[in-house]
Amino acid sequence: MMPRAKLKAQKIDAAEARLAPLILPKGGAWITAARKDAQARLLQMGLPSKRDEYWKYTDPRRLIADQAEAGALHDTGGETPVFDCIDRVKLVFVDGVFDAAASDAPELAGVEICQLAQAAQSDLHWARDLYGKLEARGQAPVERSLASFNTAYATQGVLIRATGKAEKPVSLIYTRSAENADAMLHHVIRVEAGAELTLLENGPCAARFNQVIEADIAAGATLHHVRAQGRDHERAGAVHIFAALGAGAQLKSFTLTANGALIRNEAVIWLDGEDGSAHIAGATVGDGAFHHDDTVFITHAAPRCESRQVFKKVLRHGAVGVFQGKILVEQPAQLTDGYQISQSLLLDENAQFLAKPELEIYADDVKCSHGSTSGEIDPSQLFYLRARGVSEDDAKLLLVLAFLAEALEEIGDPALAEDLRSRLEGWLKRHS
Amino acid sequence: MLNIENLHAELEDDAEVKILKGVSLTVNPGEVHAIMGPNGSGKSTLSYVLSGRDGYEVTEGSATLDGADLLEMEPEERAAAGLFLAFQYPVEIPGVGNMTFLRTAVNAQRKARGQEELSAGEFLKIIRAKAKELQIDADMLKRPVNVGFSGGEKKRNEILQMAMLEPKMCILDETDSGLDVDAMKLVADGVNALRDAGRSFLVITHYQRLLNHIKPDVVHIMSEGRIIKTGGPELALEVEENGYGDLLAEAGA
Repeated sequence: MMPRAKLKAQKIDAAEARLAPLILPKGGAWITAARKDAQARLLQMGLPSKRDEYWKYTDPRRLIADQAEAGALHDTGGETPVFDCIDRVKLVFVDGVFDAAASDAPELAGVEICQLAQAAQSDLHWARDLYGKLEARGQAPVERSLASFNTAYATQGVLIRATGKAEKPVSLIYTRSAENADAMLHHVIRVEAGAELTLLENGPCAARFNQVIEADIAAGATLHHVRAQGRDHERAGAVHIFAALGAGAQLKSFTLTANGALIRNEAVIWLDGEDGSAHIAGATVGDGAFHHDDTVFITHAAPRCESRQVFKKVLRHGAVGVFQGKILVEQPAQLTDGYQISQSLLLDENAQFLAKPELEIYADDVKCSHGSTSGEIDPSQLFYLRARGVSEDDAKLLLVLAFLAEALEEIGDPALAEDLRSRLEGWLKRHS
Repeated sequence: MLNIENLHAELEDDAEVKILKGVSLTVNPGEVHAIMGPNGSGKSTLSYVLSGRDGYEVTEGSATLDGADLLEMEPEERAAAGLFLAFQYPVEIPGVGNMTFLRTAVNAQRKARGQEELSAGEFLKIIRAKAKELQIDADMLKRPVNVGFSGGEKKRNEILQMAMLEPKMCILDETDSGLDVDAMKLVADGVNALRDAGRSFLVITHYQRLLNHIKPDVVHIMSEGRIIKTGGPELALEVEENGYGDLLAEAGA
């Protein structure tokens, strides 16, 4: 094992080398300060190394390399895009760059929508109190320096402030046009007290992407977050959501991941006020050269909060799924209700699932449960269905969808849930 | 209807374990046959081999349904041909609603037989009527297949499936196990309601009591992988009275 100091020095060297050719983007006073702070954090932490405990199951090298590896664009063959059935305000990013012509006007009652590129030009903006702030808070107890990298160098993203109940979702659509684009997006979401917002994200984004969402959900506010990460295979991405919840606030975040060479989704959540609720869920399907990592860290800092982590992965032909999930219950967080389940369905002997569930509890009156399983399709269930006349392929499809159902149930809106369920069904039929 | 001749089967993983050692029987249309026998006699294995469960190797003999070779078919093809097995231990399937399961099964069989699929409305109408007869409430239809069902609910759910699928040849594997008297009567009534001239039953049971409710035409006694005696309903009463000992001794088993 490498001594800690030597590993640290190597990580810092890597960060210095990586940043050397880069220039900190120009902007107004508030964002320049935030970028400089983030750059300093990054140089103090260094870039992640595969020798880091936190990166034990996922090799970060492709995410931190100087250049993005090019990847073929996926041909959807005219298939209806995800969420097309939903009335929403669409904001389109091509290879990680906002495309105003392809987007709707950013007008929605009770919601302020502004591009980061635009806000960065001014010397003052409401996002000043949040941009880089939650990310910085999320650097302890575990360092997530790719997110600091993003805060320092991202020039694209959207700043959304909801002051009322938004009548339709804000939908971020990430399309690709170049095979080697390297995208960096940083979004800031502020849901004011009692307000409610649905944020949708879909699309492959870029050959390589580094995305950060910082979400501040005030007392009694609700954020629904549903994303589908596209289908292109040869992509690598690191995605972080940092969310802080006030008293009685609610967060529901669901991610569907299908395909991708290396995708790491991190969620860092703080339940700061009493009676808050955070549900983080994911359904993942991977076939072949696929490495998918869900890393979740939920901190209960106040009494009577509830959190759920529900992650389901269907893997075949050498696909690898990783889950690292932690529930930290701080001393004041009495009457915490924490639940965590991560399960994989391995459709052949080559697929692999690596799980590291953790509980760390300092309060004495809490209810926390966690479980992790890995298995194959149950032959007795398969026979039961076939004995009733269901073909072997249809029976397997039904059982795999049943396996994924618990994660999909975490999506509040039935129309969104059905849309994603049908995508999963389509994927499973193509990969049977 | 069902014609089994000299059927031999062993465990796929262990050829030394021979379970069926030459079973022969014929069930004609409209008949109810019972197979009784002590534990380990091969009764349940016979039901699995007929329905196509993995894990058994047929080494000799044949089994046909209306002349079609069952042993050559996949389990779903046997079902489409009209064979139905009511499981001794119905399987729980979390995440699949009971109603979805039934509709998928009914339509899969209709499709295999070249019939049109039932619409959601038609299906609902039929299942509501049949569920009511078996005292299966709307909640049980909505819940995941057999998950959290009591023993009696699971067996009633098997009979509901049978009623919906309308098979020609029904095999009931220890359907009475784990049922109290009232539940058994409900299940038996469900079975009796399905009896008609074109439908046959093979009722596998350890005890005679189920046969008080489902009256058999023919009773077979099975032991060590063979049918050692065949008779009328009185044979079941003889077992009830004297146990299997005398019959086994008589057969030299």
